[in-house]
Amino acid sequence: MTADSPNPAVEPDNVQAVVDSPADVDTGSSVGLDPTVDPDPGIDPSSSMWTSRLRRAWMSKLPPDELLPDRQPAYVASWIYVFGVLTLAAFLVILVTGLVLAFAGPAWYHTSSPGLFTNSLHFWSVQLFFVFMVVHLWGKFWMAAWRGRRAMTWITGVVAFLASIGTAFTGYLVQTNFDSQWISFEAKDGLNAVGIGAFFNVANLGQMLLLHACLLPLVVGVIAVWHVLLVRSRGVVPPIDTVDTEFSVTPADGASATEVRP
Amino acid sequence: MTTRTADRAPAAKRADIASREWKGPWRRYDIVKEGVIALVVVSILTVLLAGLFSSPDEPPLTFQGWATSAPDNFYATAVQELAGTSTSAGYGPPYNTAADGISVGPLAPQQRFGVTHPVDAANDFVITPLRSQLQSADVTDALATWDSASSDQQTAWATDYDTALTDADGDATKVADGDYGPVPVLAQGLTDMASAGALDGILMSQGVFYQTDFTKQILFLGDGSYLDDAATAAHLQGNTWGMMNETGSYPGQAWLWLYSFWYQIPQFNSDNPDDYLTSHADAIIFYIMAVLSLVLLLLPFIPGLRSIPRWIPIHRLIWRDFYRTQPKS
Repeated sequence: MTADSPNPAVEPDNVQAVVDSPADVDTGSSVGLDPTVDPDPGIDPSSSMWTSRLRRAWMSKLPPDELLPDRQPAYVASWIYVFGVLTLAAFLVILVTGLVLAFAGPAWYHTSSPGLFTNSLHFWSVQLFFVFMVVHLWGKFWMAAWRGRRAMTWITGVVAFLASIGTAFTGYLVQTNFDSQWISFEAKDGLNAVGIGAFFNVANLGQMLLLHACLLPLVVGVIAVWHVLLVRSRGVVPPIDTVDTEFSVTPADGASATEVRP
Repeated sequence: MTTRTADRAPAAKRADIASREWKGPWRRYDIVKEGVIALVVVSILTVLLAGLFSSPDEPPLTFQGWATSAPDNFYATAVQELAGTSTSAGYGPPYNTAADGISVGPLAPQQRFGVTHPVDAANDFVITPLRSQLQSADVTDALATWDSASSDQQTAWATDYDTALTDADGDATKVADGDYGPVPVLAQGLTDMASAGALDGILMSQGVFYQTDFTKQILFLGDGSYLDDAATAAHLQGNTWGMMNETGSYPGQAWLWLYSFWYQIPQFNSDNPDDYLTSHADAIIFYIMAVLSLVLLLLPFIPGLRSIPRWIPIHRLIWRDFYRTQPKS
């Protein structure tokens, strides 16, 4: 290795391993290195490459210690915080059980014991999902969790809630049992009355299955990821009308405490 | 270096705490461990609930079941399909042009989008299924007579017979004499076909090998009282919170409670179907729910509503441990 070569990958002996073909190598050069070849692409912090820009934007908005933090503000100490992650956990169980049901089909889950049990897992995970999600939603409402430029976090949460209702609704329509028959018969009138029924046909099993097993879970999943990333990047909203150590408290003896802001 | 006290901190500064990085105390928080534990707990809970309570799965109704358990009702419904007096035949968009559909003020989207799932009740539910199978001589003759008659004649036969059958309380043996053409034979032929189980398969295939659209079956099934009676017995009717109920004693779509709530209000659920709010309930309630969903979505921007959490201090309960360490501001 030469003293002025910071990277063993661009050692003259290694150049041919990183260029496209022998024709790219300037054999007239003393080191055989084409001057147009960037000796160490990817370490330029001001690179205009799209990939570099995306990485820089991501790292500035959401560095790893914020994406996967191992600490939280002291006020994040309530059972209410558990319901968000419980909702995500239930969503995962729904996805797995739903995948099995969709893969095996109605003839399996209507007639076999394993099929009925899987259907039951799907059913109860959906019930748990909504219990957790509604508690999470109410919790965030009473915490006024949209404060401090967190409105989009609230909005994505509400959209995920509404999309989940749509996903569950189409799920009831694709059960292929009496419940599906009745719900599609009843629901068509409300949807037809506002024109939605012209395109969204609750009696079309193929369309409902596509929506329930693919499109709507994808929508819920993408919005949920967006929601979580917003929570991670904005941080957990602090308690209403609280102060942090930027303004220290007056000790009981009346002496002024020293402010800790640098 | 400056010196300040908490109760002298400007309100604007306190509010700004939500917008900037927290500068107070921190605690260890293993987010990955929390997620894994949550997944394990939810999985165990789900398995326990599924193992203990199973899940609802009432078999679907069939045309065979309808025609064998309530043959008179099936027969009368077949006559209504031929006469064009069934709910489906007179529905309007998106199935046909027999009605305009619901409009609320200037909003008439049902009419605007027109017929996108065409349904011809007489032909799709009665004539085509009869024609698709080898029939007895009298049904074959009746089909030929029906085919050779004008549309007006077909309608006259069917409506006259529908009226006579209604006058006879649905008992075909007590219908007054009259010129009903082939209608009684066609209706009986379809009832026999359904009783034998053939109609379920014919309606499902609809003349093609593959299909996933059950619109016609659902509409036909709903035209009689069979589906409605079954839903009433299962407490699934809309005016009894049926939208959030489930067959058996299982929880249903409880998250639709607010949608279902509006249908329990007498003005949306009166005995007189001609009352404006009752006859337009489906559209009006949908619009109400759309507005309420928008309010929920935009809550952070709505003065007054966004201050409710401050006025009703449930947050003091949520963060009670933290507030104990905080000065009153």
